[in-house]
Parts: sequence; C-alpha cells; structure tokens
Amino acid sequence: MSQVDNRQNTALSMRTPRARVKGLGASGHGAGHFWLQRLTGASNALLMLAFVVIIALMAGRTYPQAVALVSHPLVSIILILAVVSVTIHMRLGMQTVIEDYVHSHGLKFAALIANTFYAVAVAAACLYAIIRVSLGGLA
Amino acid sequence: MNPTVRPTVAQPLSPHLQIYRWTWTMAMSVFHRITGTALYGGTFLVVVWLVALASGPRAYDTVAWFFGSLIGRAILFAYTWVLMHHMLGGIRHFIWDAGYGFDRDRRLGLARATLIGSITLTVVIWAIALLVR
Ligand code: HEM
Ligand code: HEM
Repeated sequence: MSQVDNRQNTALSMRTPRARVKGLGASGHGAGHFWLQRLTGASNALLMLAFVVIIALMAGRTYPQAVALVSHPLVSIILILAVVSVTIHMRLGMQTVIEDYVHSHGLKFAALIANTFYAVAVAAACLYAIIRVSLGGLA
Repeated sequence: MNPTVRPTVAQPLSPHLQIYRWTWTMAMSVFHRITGTALYGGTFLVVVWLVALASGPRAYDTVAWFFGSLIGRAILFAYTWVLMHHMLGGIRHFIWDAGYGFDRDRRLGLARATLIGSITLTVVIWAIALLVR
C-alpha cells in the first residue's frame, strides 16, 4: 500500500509537529467557540432586556439625572456585565461571518484582526465610560 | 501501485442562492445573521452614548438631543426591533440545540413566532416606555 501525504503544505502550516502527529485537528477545542457563542447569547438575552429598560429610563433625563442613574451600583454592574458579554459574543459572531464570506487569505486575516480590534475598542471605551461615570464627581 | 490518473473536468458548482424559493425558515435564518451584523455596528451607538455621558453635559446634551430627534428615535426603534428579533432567533437556536423543533410544523411555527414575537415585543416595549414617561 502506498502512503499518500495528504497533509497541508507543511512549509506553510502553523500546526506544530506534535499536533500533526496527534492528528486530532481542531477536535478538543472545536466546540469552544460554539459553546461560548451560546453562553454569551444566553447572558445577552438577560442583560440586553435589562439594558432596554435602562435606556428607556434614560429618555428625557437632564444630565445630572442621567449620571445619577448610570452611577447607581446596580445599573453600573448590569452595564459592565452587558458590555463584556456582548463584546465577546459579537466578536465570535462576526468571526463566523468573516470566515463564511471572506475567502482571500490576506483579506480574511486583516478582517479577523479588525474584528478583534473593534470588539476590544468598544469594550474598553464602554467600560472606561461606565466606571468614569460611576466613580462620581461629574454632576 | 500507480497513482490513479483523473481526467481534469470542471468542478460541478452548486446551484446558486437566487434560484431557490424563499421559505420562512430560510428567511429567518438569513435575518438572524443580518440582525447580528446590524447589532455589531449598532454597538457603536452605545459607545457614543456612554462616552458622551462620561465627557460632560455639553457632549451628553448633543447626543441626547440626537437620540430624541425623529431620526434618533427611528434608529432606536429599529434597534429595539433588530435586538428583539436577534434575541428570539437566538432562543430558537437554543431550542434546536436542545434537540427540539425540527419537524416540519414546529420549524415553521418557530420561524413565524420569531417574526411575530419580535414585532410584538418591540411594540410592547415602546408602548410601555412612552406610557411610563
Ligand atoms: C439578545 C440576546 C442575544 C441572543 C440570545 C443571541 C444569540 C445568538 C446565537 C445563538 C447566535 C449563533 C447563531 C448561529 O450559530 O448561527 C448568535 C449569533 C450572532 N450574534 Fe447574537 N445573540 C444576542 C445578542 C446579540 C448582540 C447584542 C449582538 C451584537 C452586538 C449579537 C451579534 C451576533 C452576531 C454578529 C452573530 C453571528 C451571526 C451569524 O453567525 O449568523 N448578538 N447570537
Ligand atoms: C436553499 C439554499 C441555501 C442553502 C442550501 C443554504 C445552506 C446553509 C447552511 C448549510 C447553513 C449553515 C446552517 C448552520 O449551521 O447554522 C446556512 C446558514 C446561513 N445561510 Fe444559507 N443556504 C441557502 C440559502 C441562503 C440564502 C438565500 C441566504 C442569504 C441571502 C443565506 C444566508 C445564510 C446565513 C446568513 C446563514 C447563517 C445563519 C445561521 O447560521 O443561522 N442562505 N445556509
């Protein structure tokens, strides 16, 4: 029986020799993305319903009243949790979309990096703002 | 053993999307992705709102004025609907993940419930928000 070398181009592959010998591919952590998408989906459902209520309560408030609402500990904590849950979820979700539609290697690489940068920037800006507001001294 | 020599033929292409008849399940599946992508962009509005709040009354008043305007409210209304639709779509995924809802009638029922439910929730949320004020 002849052996067929059906490995990927080993000069280009980033897979370590050990991983290749084990030959398990993505199995083992392949479900991690799927599961985290579900987990954050579930937490999003709870947190975003609370978020909608918070936004509705914001309407028509003056600046000091708006600051008072967001700096309430319960509101701050819910907003922080929502930001963390949503940014993880949306990054994973967009990664799936990119992988489905962007086939050019370089473009895909760039898009995946931009996706992570966007998610992290959104998270950092939101968390900074929530903490800044809730630590007081603004109004 | 000699390697098998295959004749070079053009790979068969799968029929493209536009020849298929639209079905409820297909439309709601597509919509889940579209709403997820819209929310992804829409999160930027949350950043604008929170950073304005942290920046002081001048910035906040400008942003509050925008969201209170007709265009601003239309965006928020659409955002609410997109969010509710994606949320119910996600819950539909959870039902499937648990192993239920695959037979013909339930599939269709769930797809319709996603759309009807999201519209209902959006109207209820806005009715409450406007009444409470
Ligand atoms: C409100 C509660 C939410 C629930 C229950 C939920 C649930 C889900 C689920 C289960 C998926 C996976 C769908 C699949 O495997 O095809 C998903 C995908 C996605 N979600 Fe959410 N999600 C929620 C909120 C959000 C929010 C707030 C955002 C963005 C800011 C978002 C962005 C996305 C994106 C971009 C995808 C990928 C779309 C796709 O692959 O088709 N989701 N969501
Ligand atoms: C009858 C033709 C089609 C076939 C055979 C097909 C096939 C598939 C398959 C196998 C998936 C992955 C499902 C999953 O694992 O979640 C999928 C998801 C998806 N398809 Fe299609 N598709 C069709 C039509 C369309 C059309 C017309 C569009 C858009 C205009 C579309 C957009 C999408 C989107 C956005 C997703 C991700 C949504 C989700 O995962 O829930 N599809 N499709």
